[in-house]
Amino acid sequence: MSAEVEIPYTVTARPDTGLYSAKIGIWLFLASEAMLFGGLFSSYLFLRMGAGPGLWPHGLLNVPVGTLNTAILILSSVTVVMAWAALKMRQFSKYRRWMATTIGLALVFLGIKLIYEYPQKFGHFGAYIKPEALAKYEPYLGNNYLASKGLSRRVEITGHLHSIHLEAGTADKPKFEAFIKKHDLKEEHGVYVIEGKEYTSKIQKELDSLKGSKAEYEVKLDAVNADPTNPVYDSPSLWPAKLSDKEAKIDKADIRWAGMFTPEHSSFFSVYFTITGLHALHIVGGVVVFLYFLGPGSALYKRNPEHLANRVECAGLYWHFVDLVWILAFPLFYLL
Amino acid sequence: MTNPADDASFAGGAAPAVTGRHHAPAEHGAHAGHAHDELSFWRKYIFSVDHKVIGIQYLVTGLVFLLVGFSMMLLMRWQLAYPGQPIPVIGKLLHGIRIGEAFITPDGAMKPDFYNSLGAMHGTLMVFLGVVPVAFGAFGNYLVPLMIGAPDMSFPKLNMMSYWTNFLGSVMMISSFLLPGGAAKSGWTSYSPLASIADQPGTLGIPDAWPILFTGQTWWILSMVFMITSSLLGSVNIIVTVVQLRAPGMTWMRLPVLVWVQFITAYLLLLAFPPLESAAIMQFMDRVFNTSFFSPEGLIVSGLPLEKGGGGSVLLWQHLFWFLAHPEVYVLILPAIGIVAEIIANNTRKPLWSYKSLVFSAAAVGVLSFMVWAHHMYLTGMGIKIAAFFQTTTVLISIPSVVIVTALLISLWGGSIRFTVPMLFAVAFLPMFGIGGLTGIPLAFNSISLLLHDTYYVISHFHYVVAPGTIFALFAGVYYWFPKAVGRKLNDFWGRVHFFGSFICMNGIFMPMFLQGMGGMHRRWYDGGATYELAKPLLHYNVVISWSAFGLLLFQIPFIINFIYSAFKGPKASDNPWHATTLEWNTPTPPGHGNFTGPVTVYRGPNEYSVPGAARDYSPQWEAKA
Repeated sequence: MSAEVEIPYTVTARPDTGLYSAKIGIWLFLASEAMLFGGLFSSYLFLRMGAGPGLWPHGLLNVPVGTLNTAILILSSVTVVMAWAALKMRQFSKYRRWMATTIGLALVFLGIKLIYEYPQKFGHFGAYIKPEALAKYEPYLGNNYLASKGLSRRVEITGHLHSIHLEAGTADKPKFEAFIKKHDLKEEHGVYVIEGKEYTSKIQKELDSLKGSKAEYEVKLDAVNADPTNPVYDSPSLWPAKLSDKEAKIDKADIRWAGMFTPEHSSFFSVYFTITGLHALHIVGGVVVFLYFLGPGSALYKRNPEHLANRVECAGLYWHFVDLVWILAFPLFYLL
Repeated sequence: MTNPADDASFAGGAAPAVTGRHHAPAEHGAHAGHAHDELSFWRKYIFSVDHKVIGIQYLVTGLVFLLVGFSMMLLMRWQLAYPGQPIPVIGKLLHGIRIGEAFITPDGAMKPDFYNSLGAMHGTLMVFLGVVPVAFGAFGNYLVPLMIGAPDMSFPKLNMMSYWTNFLGSVMMISSFLLPGGAAKSGWTSYSPLASIADQPGTLGIPDAWPILFTGQTWWILSMVFMITSSLLGSVNIIVTVVQLRAPGMTWMRLPVLVWVQFITAYLLLLAFPPLESAAIMQFMDRVFNTSFFSPEGLIVSGLPLEKGGGGSVLLWQHLFWFLAHPEVYVLILPAIGIVAEIIANNTRKPLWSYKSLVFSAAAVGVLSFMVWAHHMYLTGMGIKIAAFFQTTTVLISIPSVVIVTALLISLWGGSIRFTVPMLFAVAFLPMFGIGGLTGIPLAFNSISLLLHDTYYVISHFHYVVAPGTIFALFAGVYYWFPKAVGRKLNDFWGRVHFFGSFICMNGIFMPMFLQGMGGMHRRWYDGGATYELAKPLLHYNVVISWSAFGLLLFQIPFIINFIYSAFKGPKASDNPWHATTLEWNTPTPPGHGNFTGPVTVYRGPNEYSVPGAARDYSPQWEAKA
């Protein structure tokens, strides 16, 4: 320590700027962060404006859960201010309580996002139908009805993948058998069954490379595909999509692109997972910093409580920014 | 939090022997001195928080990477002048090492993929690992706190982190040559979708089951994220330092031009780099998670449709990339202008002509640089209206740029010029940057750009700005501040050899490229145009250019030896050997940790040379008016 140089204005404000250094630093950092997320949100605009008719999905995310998460994050922004205010009033035990609450709320947000919302998407299936085959799946898409009302068409059938029925067809024999052996598939009357639970994007790629084979996807439909001409579905609902009892069979030959709702599924999910994933990383970063200020970092209180208050203020500013990103992301992905 | 011991030594500082912090010049040789300090060798020279040590670290690593990037170009220049012929000496050597087999044929000639890797890495190394670390990292770090009279940067630990993040990214970037398939090959611009699908497992000798995370292009992305993080930390630090730590009396209009341009550069880095980071994140997603941010539907690669969801946009990458990369050009040039301005004022012994117009023009360049990026994209079919907008802003930005060069040029007028080595480089900067800048004006226009896009004309244009422009300014800066930083002088004669040799070779390289470019030669030809009919009359220039480039290497040798030798054995320098006016010359030589030996107060502007009535021809900022 003894060889360190004393830097002015780390705690007290410089008279002519009225600010301590870290506060300017954090605002500059946030400006940079705004450009980072700005780049991603502009990509969202670019991709959305460039999406073909029906290619930007609506109603695939769980709005009530998203709303709850928004509320949790806003609340945590309030509690972090309370933590700072407690420090300013030199009420240390109160500070610790508010800080712990903030961390708790952040963890609840992360839990909902990473343990509930993401896995739900990873388990949901969607298949984009080739333009020439759209008419064949009219009962599930209702495009004639949509056209009559002047609404944009549907091109994707979504739901839970029950199973895939695979036949060799004209596919390359050894390659096909290698595939069967690799995944240990059982035969029933010349048809092999891949269970929906075992389906992954890797299997989808292997299926794509088995040229000439025949496959049929059995999908338990989302309510909108089960009853596509119901006016209820003319505009996306704020309530989460329900699964119907109806099942549909989709021929692989009619599918342009199929898979679980992972980042590679569509532009929408690419940008959704990228922005919310990066946002979740920022939350994790915030939690780490808050944990430090609650634990070892709080020792600074004894030596220089104002310095700790300043640090918490800067962390709080960052936290508000992370909150603001979510407040932008929520309507863009869940509502619009 | 005031540590009384530190405070006393900073404010009082008159007793260096007591604290051991401020070394007298005599005892501070290369190794002497650290025994007196409480800090270990590691904390003092390696993981140091002292802005001056960090600045020197940036300088040395940056110069090394400049040399490495330049050497890559020499390999390429051999291939361009003598396509398919074995590279003398080095070819066989490279083939001999295990990893080299993938790059070099058994008889020692270069394989096309290796050429592509070298091209991509030359640009990346020169810009992100070479010039920016030297221009901003080294000169910004070393000089800004000294010039404003601060003891250090506002956030010394972040400063150290910034250097080491940069170092990590640099090492990662250069070591990507060792990965299967070699380093990134998609140009320094890494245009998607090419870069999204390049270096796939199963191609280029990469094993089928090899994780795509460990391929050249993916490492390019990851190293860029490190670079961006580093520049974020550095730029926040510079801005806060200039705002908060100016010494009493150091008003904004008394800041040396160099501090101003570093301040503006920091803003450019702060705001322009993050969109590239977001683009890098998306390209990473495209490569590793098979998303389609930059892949449109129905993309055909090698005759087969690409198995991707599609729906992405090719232009999106270009927009985000150039949103960084155009301001980046000004990140390269603005610090150079600052260095040249300081040296011109010092060696003409008169104030800069119109300090204010220099400062405001630099700021105007900074602002406008955010609005010109799509002039790199005229050929993409983004539309006439958008092209017209960017054409207008590009022409606009040439106005403040010309004001800057003009102000520097007029500053020479009527001065009694001392042609010291730094001054030679600084004066040469003016016409070189002038040629680079003026040849850029035709490129601003949509219609002419159609002809010249991606030709050697463009290469020559921006190299005139950056190579004999910025890099000359950086050399000038090294020669000028070396005595302060090291306490010893560089050899003058070998400095002159370095200058004149480099000056001739630089022009030998880049002048013929204008002719080749106007003749239609494309910048990415692996054989230098040997198989193209239109290039036939221009092929002989390839030989001229290549041998000029080899000559340029030759003339860097005196510099390298001079630099290393003088650091240990050069003649001792006094505290203010150039009789300069700015605050960094008011420190012990070399300055110790904490910089100044006493409180600093500023009484006057930065370049008060030959003030009428003054006793000497320079009136330093720290001396009170009589």
